[in-house]
Amino acid sequence: MDDEHESNTGPDTPNTFEVTRRTMIETGTTALLLTTLPRAAFAASPVEGNEPPPPVVKVELRINGRPHSLTLDPRTTLLDALREHLALTGSKKGCDHGQCGACTVLIEGRRINSCLTLAVMHDGQSVTTIEGLAEGEKLHPLQTAFVEHDGFQCGYCTSGQICSAIGMLAEARSGMPSYVTEDLTKSAAALTDAEIRERMSGNICRCAAYPNIVAAIKQGAGMPT
Amino acid sequence: MKAFTYQRADSATQAAAAAVKPGAKIIAGGTNLLDLMKLQVETPSNLVDINRLPLDKIEETPDGGLRIGALVRNSDLAADPRVRERYGVLSRALLAGASAQLRNKATTGGNLLQRTRCYYFYDITKPCNKRSPGSGCAALAGFNRIHAILGTSEHCIATHPSDMAVAMQALDAKVETVNREGESKLIPIAEFYRLPGNTPEIETSLKPGEIITAVTLPPPPPGVQVYRKVRDRASYAFALVSVAAIVDSTRGQVRSARLAFGGLAHRPWRVAQAEHRLVNAPANTTTFNSAADAVLEGARGFGGNDFKMPLTRRTLHSVLAEMTRT
Repeated sequence: MDDEHESNTGPDTPNTFEVTRRTMIETGTTALLLTTLPRAAFAASPVEGNEPPPPVVKVELRINGRPHSLTLDPRTTLLDALREHLALTGSKKGCDHGQCGACTVLIEGRRINSCLTLAVMHDGQSVTTIEGLAEGEKLHPLQTAFVEHDGFQCGYCTSGQICSAIGMLAEARSGMPSYVTEDLTKSAAALTDAEIRERMSGNICRCAAYPNIVAAIKQGAGMPT
Repeated sequence: MKAFTYQRADSATQAAAAAVKPGAKIIAGGTNLLDLMKLQVETPSNLVDINRLPLDKIEETPDGGLRIGALVRNSDLAADPRVRERYGVLSRALLAGASAQLRNKATTGGNLLQRTRCYYFYDITKPCNKRSPGSGCAALAGFNRIHAILGTSEHCIATHPSDMAVAMQALDAKVETVNREGESKLIPIAEFYRLPGNTPEIETSLKPGEIITAVTLPPPPPGVQVYRKVRDRASYAFALVSVAAIVDSTRGQVRSARLAFGGLAHRPWRVAQAEHRLVNAPANTTTFNSAADAVLEGARGFGGNDFKMPLTRRTLHSVLAEMTRT
């Protein structure tokens, strides 16, 4: 986008674009730091074309233990609410269609794709994102394990992988079976590598750090790696 | 996404009354609907959120079956001890579908109503009679590897993508609905889905504003239950061919059989004749071939999906051999 704009800045056009862009970037950065600014100042607008925006909706979310009141276009996905309205950019937008898992967060402790749900559908609920896992400087055991096992290369999928792994381990503890569980009537299946891989198949890693991710999850779960 | 107004329904009849209005759409899990709205395949002007309705219970029925609320999440249904114990084929089918994150969100009713994953249905720059009636079908002469070989029409060769519905077809489930007058109805799943014919945009027998409130399962039939899914990846992919099978056999002789197939047609596919050919027949290659012949009667490939005919035969063979092994 930027390249396109700059190439359109011909000799006859006053060269104000650079300044404008820089100002905008600075404003954007400042806005991210100043939580007192109106959210709309830096919120990405989901409005397309010339349509009038729909009536806004009020949404109360408890995110990482803290209450937040938001006024949103109803089209705002939970992921966009986190990233664009609350500056919680740890949850990543990969495919935006529920196929990659980079946006995985926990709602009331259950993992979901935050890109495929509307924030307003979760009014009154608790959301845990990657930003809510550490206790001060002390990392969550799964965060530590991902670092120790090199459970990533570029890191883009990592926050989704870690949130997903937390949800997955809770599911496994509660006795949730998987497609590769041999005996459905047993209350809990042992978390073999095959079980971990199947249960984590909603999180794609384009760097293919999968063996290390499996090892990190085993360590995070207190299993021998 | 196109602009829409958002409302929360307080009751199923209220949701039905809201949903009957033009441009209104019910949202439950939303994992398919929002995906389609982002692409503007679906462009509702009003979203009616039913997530707060008390339709999230799984209850025993007096006849020994189960009644599954429309809002029971796919993961909860798959994990329910009664489903795992008595309806293993359903649990397996659910666990074979989507990813854990999606199963945590997707609902029983929404799963039944999910739309095809035909590439051309998803691409609003291409003709598609299902999305835009009368515009044509780009899949007929396009990439049709994932498309239907049974029950197709010249207007549409899309498949139904659900695994859960295939298992429910084998289990003779009934879909419970309510309309805005509060009238409740039970629709046998065999009558719930339609073939594309001249109106591929109409996929079910639901009337406008009719809302799914539950799915009921009769007591499980005798025999072993298996769900076998063949797909391009080991996990998190739609079926090329899938089979839900419930087979009762003893000493190499089949006593009763139910077979439902996914990935082959616009609806879960079940052929009574194929099941008849297995009953009281020896569990051998000749019998399995005969059943496969009945399943594939009238099958037609479109180039890219011709492989589904031998794949269906082999998958059925493998499943029946495994289930009747003595």
